[in-house]
Formats: sequence, structure tokens, C-alpha cells
Amino acid sequence: MNDNGVVLFHTTSSAMRAEKTLLRHGLTIKMIPVPRQFSSDCGIALRFDWSRKDAVHEFLTAARVEIAGLHPLD
Amino acid sequence: MIYLDHAATSWPKPPAVIRAMADFCERAGGNPGRSGHRLSLAAARIVYDARESLAELFGVSDPLRIIFTANATHAINLALRGLLHAGDRVVTTGMEHNAVMRPLRALQDRGVQLSIIPCASDGSLDLAQAAGAIAPGTRLVVINHASNVAGTILPADQIARLAHQAGALLLLDAAQTAGVVPIDVAAMGIDLLAFTGHKGLQGPPGTGGLIIHSTVDTRLIEPLVRGGTGSHSEFQTQPESCPDKFESGTPNGVGIAGLGAGARWVLDRGVQTIREHEIALTRALMEGLSAIPHVTVYGAADATQRTATVSFTVRNRTVSEIGLRLDDKYDVLCRVGLHCAPAAHRTLGTFPEGTVRFAAGAQTTWDNIQAAVAAVRELAHS
Repeated sequence: MNDNGVVLFHTTSSAMRAEKTLLRHGLTIKMIPVPRQFSSDCGIALRFDWSRKDAVHEFLTAARVEIAGLHPLD
Repeated sequence: MIYLDHAATSWPKPPAVIRAMADFCERAGGNPGRSGHRLSLAAARIVYDARESLAELFGVSDPLRIIFTANATHAINLALRGLLHAGDRVVTTGMEHNAVMRPLRALQDRGVQLSIIPCASDGSLDLAQAAGAIAPGTRLVVINHASNVAGTILPADQIARLAHQAGALLLLDAAQTAGVVPIDVAAMGIDLLAFTGHKGLQGPPGTGGLIIHSTVDTRLIEPLVRGGTGSHSEFQTQPESCPDKFESGTPNGVGIAGLGAGARWVLDRGVQTIREHEIALTRALMEGLSAIPHVTVYGAADATQRTATVSFTVRNRTVSEIGLRLDDKYDVLCRVGLHCAPAAHRTLGTFPEGTVRFAAGAQTTWDNIQAAVAAVRELAHS
């Protein structure tokens, strides 16, 4: 079974930028409201397959997308 | 009908712009960045895509440094009032629009030192004179990229160099050039670029923006407006992140959808292609008007040094009379008077009477120009 993770952002614009970047790389992701257990700057988070954590981090860094955090979802 | 008022607003808008706005209402009507549901996300994607298109158009590497505003005036006010404090020195030119002059005069009343570089009677700027005025310690230089009255283009890249040598930033008012004259923020050394969405960019009124290049520390700019941003909601203080710091309140999503489609339309056509088309039209317009006895044409004589905005007067005729007859009898729509730019008209020697202004656009045709010139010829002789 897949465990999910979330990327948190400072702004919606960053979230949109991240979504575009990761979709371009063919990752399966979904934009969701920030889960309550996280405190986030932005109301939208990006949910992804936690096993792809390194790829997500690498693609976002390469595209210079600013993120506020990257966490596993329980 | 011959529409020659593109310097005021472009018309008609490309069908893709109108479609994008209707689509936004029909399919993406959520509030961008406020909720997490699909309609909100759809709206946020459209707003973000518009940022990307504009970043591509203006050579900006970070789309988040494009701040959406209601118009160029709002963007200029954000830059001037956000950056300048009592004791700061700001330099501008004698060809500015009131969008620059009025906030500067108000800042002057609050202790900002204002210095104005005089321009020649064709609206051009002497670089040696500019170098003298932009003294070390100047905080900001603000110039129009092209005059909304005479069309004369100022050498923004060279002014940027002078500004940087003096330790100042350059704010470029691109209201008349965005979308019709190539602009590369990084290559030209522009620190702050104010643009409007509804002229050369083919978008709807109520759109525009301020580009804050990476050369500027955004912490030094105070927002004009504070409020909800959909981010940092647990705090009652304004966030520092761009673009949110400067974009409080629900954005004009419908307008931005149209602006994004307009920018895409310009990118597809190519700014250089539009520029060449406008230079050819301008040349024909200036030659045609100049050949009419009693007609005086203002601004740079070389069509490559100006936009497609051409101001003229007819001896012994008021500009209001010419404007009315062009509309009523010849179906030619233009703008007459002072064009919100008394400083520019003083420089051109046309204050307070003003001028008749023909402003062609990307969709103006050769036949439009010939018909408009013929109408002025007939009017001048009657």
C-alpha cells in the first residue's frame, strides 16, 4: 500500500508552480487543503506518494520552487 | 470604424481573450488561493499561468515576482510609495504621465527630493544631462519607456546603467510599450517594471502589474494595501512572501485570465513582429500627416525611435473640433487634449491646447492609416 506525503508552501503561487513542475515530470500528485495536523502558510498542500520523496524534493529544488516543508502523512 | 486610440486601450480584444474570461466564469469561478476545492484550484492555475506567460514575455526568471495590480498607475504607486521615504532623492524626466507625476508631487510634499531631467522638444532625453541629474545617492530613477503623447522611446537600458552607477534603482513605466516593444527586464537592467494589461498586452481594463526584479530586496518595499492573502492565515501581520505580500484581497481572476490570454496572443505573434508592423504603420502615418499643409507632427521623427502613437495639431483648429469631426464624419476614433500628461505637453510646447493623438495598434491595418490621413487632409482643407 502507498503511504502519502505532503509538500507545504508559503504561497498559492508556489503551490501552483510545484504542481506544474511535478506533473511535467509525470508524478502522480493531488492538490489538497492543508491537513489539520500541519500548520502551514498556505491553504493548499500537494499530496504525493511518499516513496517518491527524493524525486519530489529534487524536481522542486531544480525548478527553484520555494517550499515550507515536506512531511509524511499518517 | 477606424480605431486609433490604442494608447488609451486596445480594441477589439482578440477572441482568445474574451473566451478565456468567459471560461474563467463558467468553469473556474472559485477564489484562487482561498479554498482547496477544484474550482478554487482551477482559478489559481489560471492566475499562475498568466504569471508564467508574462515572465516569458518580459524575461523574468521568477514568475512569483510579478505582482498583479489594477493597472499601471497602481503599480507605479506601489513602487514609489513603497520605496521612497522623506530625505530620499528621486529623479524623473520632463515627459512623464500624471501616473508618475502626481504620486511624486505628493511624496515631494512629504520630504522626498525630486529632480526632473528636462527633455528636448521631440521628447528625447540627452544622456549627458541625465548622467548629471542622476547623482550618487539617488534612491530611484523613474522614467516612461515611451511617451503616451509623442510616442518617443527613452533609452531604458542606458538610463538603467546610469542609475546603477549612482547606486539607484530604475523603475520603468511600460504602460505604452508592454506587448509592442521588446522588453527584457534582466538584459535591460530594469529593477522595477510597471505595466498595464489592457493596452499592448490585449487584456481587459482593471489588469496590470509590477515586476520586482531579483535585484530588489522586497523587504524594502512597503505594500500599498494589507489584508487577506489565503496564506499565513494564523497571523495578523502581513506575510513577506511574494507575490502575497503585495496582493491582498481577492484578485481580479476574470481579468487576469484575459490578461494571460492576451500575453499568450502577443507571444504567439511575437513582439518583434508586432513592433515591425507598428513601425511601418507609424512611418506611413507620420509621412502622410506631415505632407498636409498646416499640420504639425510631434515627437521623434524616426519611426524606429518611437511607438505607433503620433500627436499632431492643425493650425487654427482646436483639437476638440478635429476630434469631434473625425468621429462624427469620418468614423475615426482618437483622443484629443492633454492625455493626462501636462508635463509632457509643456516639453513638446503643446500646453495647454493639447494635441490630436492617433495611436495605432497590433490590429491596425494599412487601409486604416490611409483613411485616417485622408480624413485629416480633408479636414485641414475645409
